[in-house]
Amino acid sequence: MTHAADLPGWAALLTAALVLVGAALALAGAIGTLRFRTFFERVHAPTLGTSWGTGSIVLASIICFSVLGSRPVVHEILIGVFITVTTPVTLMLLARAALYRDRAEGSGNVPAHPARRAGALKAEQDRAVDGGR
Amino acid sequence: MTAADVLLWSVTIAQTMLVVAMGCYTYRLIRGPRAQDRVLCLDAIYVCAMLLVLTVGIRTGSQIYFEAALIIAVLGFVSSVALAKFLMRGEVIE
Repeated sequence: MTHAADLPGWAALLTAALVLVGAALALAGAIGTLRFRTFFERVHAPTLGTSWGTGSIVLASIICFSVLGSRPVVHEILIGVFITVTTPVTLMLLARAALYRDRAEGSGNVPAHPARRAGALKAEQDRAVDGGR
Repeated sequence: MTAADVLLWSVTIAQTMLVVAMGCYTYRLIRGPRAQDRVLCLDAIYVCAMLLVLTVGIRTGSQIYFEAALIIAVLGFVSSVALAKFLMRGEVIE
């Protein structure tokens, strides 16, 4: 850790604080994954680590290397942008797959398919009209 | 205690926290009641490993860890999407 002595005090303290915040957010997401009860609750927890957990550590890396190199080093933003764009894609695909699997098994704790629910509603209305006649 | 020592200690603590987070995800990966929980945890473990590589880069002050972190992020996305597609359809490429 010889390069840390080259960092000015404010940059070292800022980097230290940002790294700690990012790791703490990732840990909070992991603990949330352990504590939530259903899959659709658990799917929210890791996003703590992928939003500001990643953002904070990437920001710390940018500050550290920019001050060390005396020039703006911003290519770490690529990681932040990539994680921000891909996490919702992955998690929405996964949540739709989980919903599909739960519906295919006929599990009662997920809402029914919208088309099927609309069909059931229509049948109920028809029955009500028939009863009125 | 200089600012450099503070940075060294906080990076060490952050790495410990990330490893503990990976341990929590691994516990859920092994125990997780259904396949979607396991895929979710695998994706989160990839993100934690990427953050761990970034903190190693800050600790050593070397830029080469950036490429490794980017590759881990890309591979994590591709594998999680492939596994989610597999859960949805029963096959990856149709």
